[in-house]
Amino acid sequence: MNIVDTVSSLGEQSGFFGFIAADGWKNIIMVIIAFGLLYLGIKKEFEPLLLVGIAFGCLLVNISYFPGLPAELNATNALYHPELWDAFLDSSSEYYHSYGHIMSHGGFLDILYIGVKAGVYPSLIFMGIGAMTDFGPLISNPKSLLLGAAAQMGVFIAFFIAVLLGFTGNQAASIGIIGGADGPTAIFLTTKLAPELLGAIAIAAYSYMALIPMIQPPFMRLLTTEKERSVKMEQLHEVTKTEKIIFPIVVTAFIVLLIPSTAPLIGCLMLGNLFKETGLTDRLSDTAQNAMMNIVTIFLGISVGATTVASKFLTVETLKIVGLGLAAFICSTIGGLLAGKVMYKLTGGKVNPLIGSAGVSAVPMAARISQKEGQRANPSNFLLMHAMGPNVAGVIGSAIAAGFLLAVFGG
Amino acid sequence: MGNITASGKPMGIGDALLTAILGYAVVFLGLVLLMAVVIIVGKAMTKKSSVPSENAAVKEAPTAAPAELPKAPGSAGGIKLYGTPERDAAMVMAIVADRMGKPINEIRFISIKEVK
Repeated sequence: MNIVDTVSSLGEQSGFFGFIAADGWKNIIMVIIAFGLLYLGIKKEFEPLLLVGIAFGCLLVNISYFPGLPAELNATNALYHPELWDAFLDSSSEYYHSYGHIMSHGGFLDILYIGVKAGVYPSLIFMGIGAMTDFGPLISNPKSLLLGAAAQMGVFIAFFIAVLLGFTGNQAASIGIIGGADGPTAIFLTTKLAPELLGAIAIAAYSYMALIPMIQPPFMRLLTTEKERSVKMEQLHEVTKTEKIIFPIVVTAFIVLLIPSTAPLIGCLMLGNLFKETGLTDRLSDTAQNAMMNIVTIFLGISVGATTVASKFLTVETLKIVGLGLAAFICSTIGGLLAGKVMYKLTGGKVNPLIGSAGVSAVPMAARISQKEGQRANPSNFLLMHAMGPNVAGVIGSAIAAGFLLAVFGG
Repeated sequence: MGNITASGKPMGIGDALLTAILGYAVVFLGLVLLMAVVIIVGKAMTKKSSVPSENAAVKEAPTAAPAELPKAPGSAGGIKLYGTPERDAAMVMAIVADRMGKPINEIRFISIKEVK
């Protein structure tokens, strides 16, 4: 045994060698990006529950998979193998849609990613969200649903601009859904339509959701007058327990019959809510909103982060996605505010238009921003409960938008 | 798309515009119909619950007013509300407790008055 050859071989197998191999500099940039995302998640508290996992997944994949190293080294050492997923998606490959191939050749993160690819994690997260959501404000003021619909404007504007910028229909649909401000929905749709963009879209979606307190207020102040922002809304009427139990059942039946492709998201969202509202399934509700939600959040975050392989992430398209995501968020905010202004006029000044911006989903952050801006204009204003209506309506609205795009492009 | 295999096919501008408008319309249609369903269910529930309550009111009229409920453990006296609904007061107390970082049963509220 030649000790020099052994040491040399060990060196060539190491990740450090990977950094100086061909295209290794891209991995270094991705590692820096991962550090940046960890900083934002931990220090700046930007959606830490998911961003920390995504950032760590990004770090793990970019210190274990090096395109410049021999394929057999990556096959052994990498936690995530993009080439396996390329074969999985290639209809001419013998491994087309072969989960068995992934299971037998994949790394740790490939196995976890199967849950993303199959749309399992986003749906389970929706179940947890349903178990945590009180639809009472929406039931007591059903007109909130209109604000939730209007605030999906950004989805379709961003979709259109993305097509203009040269993205395919599938990719544009996945980019547009960032405007729904709903991470699980964005991940669900992207894995179905354009999985190659998953890392960029997930990071853009969660980053902008965390930045809502900075993105929305300037537009809220720009598009509304002091008088409109000062409007105090009337007390919501009480919602009975029976109404709360019937609501998830009716919504599921109605929306799924209308747009069947929304079934995984709407079905899980409403099942989680039914667990909460029956009063007889407290254990299930507790599991859905705590243990299950936490476990799935870990799996989802780290496996989505794993898709940020340098060779796929460091492209001009990623920058375009980041820009389009911001445009989508802004347009959705504007859509909600404009609908709020229309309601203000139609009701003779009884609706505060600020609650319209909460229709972008991002529960409960967007509703809190409406409350904060309303209180800024009138310190005795309490808009939170009124804004929660459009806020949860936005969740349903973005799921319908995703269902429509899936129906059009997923065939 | 560089070295990435793009999913789907390129789309014409006209088709994209049509899809965007149709998509927005479908979202509106879905939620408007849902709104109608929620309103109808709500009205049906209100109607159903108001009928027995009217009967109950007639039956219960002669009975004496119920005794005052005992205070919850940890309560520190009553709170006076001036022009503030109980629901708003509960929210204010929860917000104050949250901002102070103390459990709500360790804070005593004397009164809450709405500032017009």
